[in-house]
This record gives sequence, C-alpha cells and structure tokens, in this order.
Amino acid sequence: MENKLLSVLIWLPVLAGVLVLATGDDRRAETARKLALGFSIVIFLLSIPLYTGFDPTTARMQFVEHYRWIEPFNIFYSIGVDGISMPLILLTTLLTVVVVIAGWQVIQQRVAQYMAAFLIMEGVMIGVFSALDAVLFYVFWEAMLIPMFLIIGIWGGPNRIYATIKFFLYTLLGSLLMLVALIYLYNAGNGSFSILDFHRLPLSLDAQILIFLAFFAAFAVKVPMFPVHTWLPDAHVEAPTGGSVILAAIMLKMGGYGFIRFSMPITPDASHQLAWLMIGLSLIAVVYIALVALVQQDMKKLIAYSSISHMGFVTLGFFVFNPQGVEGAMMQMISHGFISGALFLCVGVLYDRLHSRRIDSYRGIATPMPVFAAFMVLFAMANAGLPGTSGFVGEFLVILGSFKVNPWFAIFAALTLVFGAAYTLWVVKRVVYGKVLNDEVAALNDIDRREILMLGILALMVLAVGIWPNPVLDVMHVSIDNLLQHVEVSKCLTECR
Amino acid sequence: MNLQTLHFELALPEILIASMASVILMAGLFLKPARSQETCFWLSIGSLLVTAALIIGDFSTRSVTAFNGLFVDDPMSDLLKVAICILSAVIFVYSRQYNRHRGIFQNEYYVLGLFSVCGMMVMSSANHLLTLYLGLELMSLCLYSMIAFYRDDALAVESAMKYFVLGALASSILLYGMSLLYGLTGALGLPELSAAVADVQPDNLALILATVFIVVALGFKLGAVPFHMWVPDVYHGSPTSTTAFIGAAPKIAAFAITLRLLVGGLEDLQGMWQQMLIVLALLSIMIGNIIAIAQDNLKRMLAYSTISHMGFFLLGILSGTDEGYGASLFYVLVYATMSCGAFGLILVLSDKNFESDRLSDLKGLNQRSPVLALFILVLMFSMAGVPPAAGFFAKLSVIQALVDAGLVWVAVVAVILAVIGAYYYLRIIKLVYFDTPQSDRAIFWVKDSVAVLTLNVLIVIAILPWIGSLISLCNQVVLEFVH
Repeated sequence: MENKLLSVLIWLPVLAGVLVLATGDDRRAETARKLALGFSIVIFLLSIPLYTGFDPTTARMQFVEHYRWIEPFNIFYSIGVDGISMPLILLTTLLTVVVVIAGWQVIQQRVAQYMAAFLIMEGVMIGVFSALDAVLFYVFWEAMLIPMFLIIGIWGGPNRIYATIKFFLYTLLGSLLMLVALIYLYNAGNGSFSILDFHRLPLSLDAQILIFLAFFAAFAVKVPMFPVHTWLPDAHVEAPTGGSVILAAIMLKMGGYGFIRFSMPITPDASHQLAWLMIGLSLIAVVYIALVALVQQDMKKLIAYSSISHMGFVTLGFFVFNPQGVEGAMMQMISHGFISGALFLCVGVLYDRLHSRRIDSYRGIATPMPVFAAFMVLFAMANAGLPGTSGFVGEFLVILGSFKVNPWFAIFAALTLVFGAAYTLWVVKRVVYGKVLNDEVAALNDIDRREILMLGILALMVLAVGIWPNPVLDVMHVSIDNLLQHVEVSKCLTECR
Repeated sequence: MNLQTLHFELALPEILIASMASVILMAGLFLKPARSQETCFWLSIGSLLVTAALIIGDFSTRSVTAFNGLFVDDPMSDLLKVAICILSAVIFVYSRQYNRHRGIFQNEYYVLGLFSVCGMMVMSSANHLLTLYLGLELMSLCLYSMIAFYRDDALAVESAMKYFVLGALASSILLYGMSLLYGLTGALGLPELSAAVADVQPDNLALILATVFIVVALGFKLGAVPFHMWVPDVYHGSPTSTTAFIGAAPKIAAFAITLRLLVGGLEDLQGMWQQMLIVLALLSIMIGNIIAIAQDNLKRMLAYSTISHMGFFLLGILSGTDEGYGASLFYVLVYATMSCGAFGLILVLSDKNFESDRLSDLKGLNQRSPVLALFILVLMFSMAGVPPAAGFFAKLSVIQALVDAGLVWVAVVAVILAVIGAYYYLRIIKLVYFDTPQSDRAIFWVKDSVAVLTLNVLIVIAILPWIGSLISLCNQVVLEFVH
C-alpha cells in the first residue's frame, strides 16, 4: 500500500471528481458538495504519510513508482517525490480542502461540475509535482489547464471569456516550446524521457542556452515573470474566488518548480550564463510590479500584482545559486501559497457581501466585521513580510542569499519590504479602518463559522510556519544542497564557464 | 495461369464487401420500402463488422502478393482495412436517423458507402500503380454521387460538381505522373518501380516532373494547401451524413495511397518529395488553422481543421524515417476517430428540420446536455492536441519523428501554428460551456447513436494506458511494409 501512495494521491481525486460529476444537476447540489468535501479531506489525510514517512536525510526520490507506459518512446509512468516537491503536494491537498469550503455557498449553479473541476485539478497538480518522466510531466502540466480554463470561463466575472482564453493560449504557447525542448533532449540523450537522466546529460553551451530559453518560455509564463505576466491580473480578476486561490497558491508555484526541477539541473551552464537576465527580470518584478500594485483600485488586481512581485523573490532566490537563496525561495513559494490564497479568500468574503472589489466601496469594515478584520490584518501583515509570519522567513532568506552575491541585489530586493508594506497597509487602512463608509457597509454581517474555518486553517499555517519554519526547511535541506552541488558542476563538453 | 496462383483468398475481404454491396442493392429494390431500410442498414453493419472480424482473425504477419503482384496482403493493409471497416460502420450508425429524417437516401447510402469502402480497401492493398488508381477511382466516384444525392439542394450539387471536376483533374495529373514513371522505367508494379527508379539519374528532368505530378495529385486528394479549395465546399455542402463518411475512412485510404506511392514506389527520391511536402505541410497547417478561425459553420470549420490535420499527417511522412511513417499512421488513425466522433455529435444534435451545423447552435449546450457537452470538450481538446487526450500523443509522435530526422525548425514552426489552431477549438468549448443557450429545443436522443458515440469518445481518452501498444503496432506494420 505504502509504495502506491503517490498513485492514490493522483488518481483518487480524479476518480472522486468523476463521481461528483455523476451526481448530475443542481437538484443534488448538496450531495455534490458533501461528497467533494469528504473526498478532499480524505485525500489531505492520505497525503500526511507523505510527510511523516519521508526520509529527510537523502536527496533521492522517494515513494517511487515505475511502470512501462509507451514503449516505442521509452516513456514510463514514473513518479516520486523529493524534498522539493513533497511540501508542494501537501500545500495542494490542504488548499483543495479550503477551496471546497470556500465554494460552499457562493457557487449555486452547476455545483457538481465546479467541485469536480477542483478535485480533478487537484489530482493533476499532484501529478505535475510527482512526475519523474518528462512526457508524464508534460501531460499533467497541460491537462491542468483544462479544468482551470473551465473554472474561469464558467463561474468567472463579466470579462471571463477574454481572460480565460488569454490564460490558456499564453500558457499553451510556452508549454509547446518546452515540449520541443524535451523531445530534443530525448533525441540528444540515449532515448530516455526520464527527468533524472536529463539531469546527467552532457550538453554543449549553445544547446543549453536554447533549451533554457524554451523552458523559460514555459515556466516564466507560469510564474509569471515580467514581462510575460499580463495574463495573470486578467485571469485573477475574472476567476471565481476558488479559482483565484488555486491559481495563486499552486499554479504559479509550478513555474518555480519547473525552474528548479528542469532549467537549473538540466542546463546548469546556461543557468549561470543567463543568471543576469533572470535576476534582472526578477528585480524588475519585485520593484516595478510592486509600484504597479500600489496604484490599483481593484483589490483582486492588487493581490494579483502583489503575487507577481512576490514570485519575483522566488526566481531571484533560485538564480543566486546558494542554499539561503534557494531555500528562501522554496519557503517563499509555500508561504505565498497560504498568504495569497488567504487574501483572495478575504476579497471573496467581501465580494460575496457587496459585489464589489473596488477599494473605495469599503471603509471601516472593522466596525461591522471585527473577526474578519482581524484575519485580514493578519494576512496583510504576513504579505508585507512581518517577522513571526511565514512571509518573513522566505523574504529574509532570499535577501540574505542575494546579499552574498551582490549587495545591490539585496538592496533592490529589500525595497519590496517598503513597497510591499506600503501597498498592503494602505489597502488595509482604506478598507478596514476609518469611519464606516455608508449604511451598506455598516449593515455587513461578520463572517460565519464556515468562513472562519477556511481563514482559520490558513491563519494557523501562516503563523506556524512563521514562528517555527524548521519542519518545512528540514525536509528540503538535503535535496536543495544536492541540487546546488549538481548545478555547480559544468555539463559542457569543453570549458564554458 | 490457373486460378490458384491468383490467390483469390487474399482478397476475400474486398470480395465480401463488394458482393454484399450488390446483395444490398438487390435487397433494397425488392423488399418493401418500409422494411428495406432497416434490413439494408443491418446488412451493411453486419458485413462491415464481419469483414473486420475476418481480417483480425487472419491478421498477416508478413506480406503476400496476389493476382500476379497487383495486390498485396501485408500487416499494414490489414490494420488499415480493419480501421476503415469499423469507422465506416460507426458512421453508418450515426447517419441512419439523419438520412431517414431527410428521405434523401433510400439504400443507396449503404450501397455507395460499401463500394467506396471496397475502393479504400483496394487502395490499402495496392501493389501496382493500376490497382492503386482503380481503388482510388472506385472510392471517389462513390463519394461524388453520395454528395450529389441531396439533389434539391443547390449547395450540395455545387459541391459535388466542384469535387468531381477537381477530383478528375487530380486523377488525370496522377495518371500523367504515373505514365511518365512508366515511360522512364517500364515498370508499373510498385516494387519493380522502386528498384527501377534507383537506377535512373536523380537529376533526370522527366523523373523530377513525374514526382511533382504525383505529389500534386496527392496534395489534391489529401486536401493539402494550395490544393485544398474543394475541401471546405465539399464538407459544407454535402449532407452531414456524407461529410461524416468523407471525414473518417477516406483519410485512412489517403494514408495508404501516400505511403504506397511515395515510400513504396519512390523512396529513393525522398530528398525531392521531402522538400515539396515541407511546403505543403506547413502551408496546410497555417492556412487551415488561420482560416478556420473565421468560420461560423461547424462543418466548414471542421473542413479547415482537416486541412491542418492533413498537414500534420504529412509531417510524419516527410520525416522520411520508419518511425515517421509509423507516426503518420498513428496520427491518421487517431484523427479519423476524432473526426468520426465530431461529425457523430453533429448528427446526434441534428433532427428533422434542424441541421445543427452552425457554431451558434452549440451555444450553452452544457446547460441542455452536460454529457454531450463533455463529449465535445474531449474531442476538441484532443483535436487541439492538448493532453491527456489521444490527439496529443499523435502530435507528439509526429514531432518526435521530425526532431529525430533533424528537422527541428519544422517542428518548432508546426508547434507554433498549432497554438493558433487551439484558438478555434477553444472557441467551440467557449460556446458550449460559457454561453447561454439560444434555444431550448429538446435533444432527440437516438439511443444507438449515442451509445456508439460514447464508445467513440471514450476511446479518445481511455486509450491512454494502452497507447504505447497502439504506437508499437503502427510502427511494426510500417516496418514490415518498408522492408
């Protein structure tokens, strides 16, 4: 049983999704909701042994499964996790529970399809994080787009169709270039699609740079990095709350995961050669996008830009090539998963009540909604990187790591502590505090038990990881060290660094 | 020469189909009209499935020739014939209700269909230029008349006329190319031709001309750009039951003729036809995908989609490797299955006075029938080449063959053009899922059609665990043919 755990985690959600879909139309909506919640909790509980049974002293893949799949191309159904992917899988299973709770009352139309889409997506996302075969990875990577495309398109806002098609085509183009690179690697190597074989494959610098750029097309769009980030604000604004949460909390992480699983180890020399580009784009994202966030009128857009800015930290951390940087980036990915998810839920809570996301539609909600205000302030502080919250750990480590390489990087990166604090605190000031804006705001109901539950889970995680990050850092330590050692060794056939 | 050396038994499937077609023609004439349609329908389905079973039961492991080398029975022809029979049977099931509602066909649909299937089977087994041509004409003549059967409809007559004239032109170009080859080599049998071509100087002007003629004729028959003009008109103008028929099995026959001619006969000229095919293939993918965006008729859009898929199919052939040919075969099988499902859907959605062939007819289908909407979702993503549907693996194998053959730039261009293609498939899904229905017209469920359709769509997605075996099979049969 134990060594089939990953397969169960991938396919049980998909199966559950099909089951939920089979409950049919909205007359049985309640059944669909309960079924979805039940399954998502079971899946989360099932994913805990992944953590408890994980051996943090080795960088080797664990929970490995390996079967023949497409023999003519040597494609295997090959899955496993290491310290880099395992925490991301737990993040996925936890957030799916939160998202199911979040959609409980808001979604009243085609409930079964909504819940099914999230469950199927959960399975596929776990597949992305655990695939060890490039084609298997690619299949999961693309398949993930389909439910998200539907979620934004069916349950989204007024401009949803533009947003969802833009989202789909943008990511598809990037992914297809990655596919060509993967096929090139397959032919350059010994006819193997195994990602770990790719890691060992010697490549000339020119080939590495082209492959790096092809990967960049796929992963930079997903992260998203400046200047290919423009799909994200559109997608976030139009998506239903649950869609925004998954998009920000998990899908963006796949871009980061791609850099660390593919780009860096497969093309280490190109990564070093092009590090200036990556760091430059990351710093632009960190500083410029933070300024863009400052002027937003729409809360969802503001959080979307804040996400891009925070993800800039992730890519910055990766490409300074030291343990602090990479571990900080990983921490930032996980913490951003909690915080951005929570912030989107907060906006969702407000939107459900007044059907406006504009900042100037609210003022002084602390008076009618004290409990909610407390949560929102906590998450805003975490977003600004307040020590004691998870947001601080990642940012601090990344700044530390980049300082070692070049103090200027650290100075620019640290600017975000100022700008980030500026836009989050300003929005909190305008929305939460001050005199109550009007009677509508005064009549708002505070959050109910369901909403407290979903925000509470995330608040707990933000504080837990912020105060005591070691349980998360410990599992990835060895894997990251191993990765960095690997990246330091040149793959070129002749001297190229 | 006695009858035994002719080996009639190898052509048993063709003989069976041709005689059953004749039987059905007679049955249709002599049975009471009320009963004849049902009887003919079941007879046709029965003969197609029995033929398929017969071929599977006696699947060749090596190639054997019959009729003094005119005809060959090899694993590849067996695989193609099985696919042709099964797909045609499926289309017959989808079409029954449509034809009955319109009263345009009595039993001729089945008779012509079966003769056309016979032609396709002959093409699959052709080992000689004349057999190839014979099969091609048998198939095409039946198709012309199937299109023109909607004789009160100006559009249908126009498209039949167009198809006939252009088809005849293409056939004559093909014949001209063949006669040049005969003049140069004195050979008509494909193996002899292949051997003789190797001895001719490759810069021989007549040989170049012959190759050009043959490639042009194939371009016409496949509907590759710039010889694609007939495809949208024919797809749009024909009765949907005929379009569905044209969209599935004949593509498999097209694979047969392309491979038999270019690889079986002219493999030594690969360098020459490879360059021509690169142009045809990339243009097809580009023009097909771009013009499809502008269509508001579903059948016409699928026609342009066919053009782009034929481009992808050519990419496999032009890579010039055994894996490439295998990839093409796999691509064609997957494409024909998807196309079959897509037209099946249109046929299921249409009823007595309603063609259901405009894009706007699909609006809000998810609210009227979530199951059919899900089918469209699967088919469209599969056609767009988005995993996990089978269409992705078809594209993957073709692109893999291209990269393997060193044509990385062709692969990159094709992939970028495929993103353009994704747009119009997405638009269908947008109509089905994101828009509100325009009418609440009840969907008339034809039980047998929907059952077969379910199976058809399920294959596109549920083949996943076994997809490796299918690719292996395609590679094996091609390998047997090439060597």
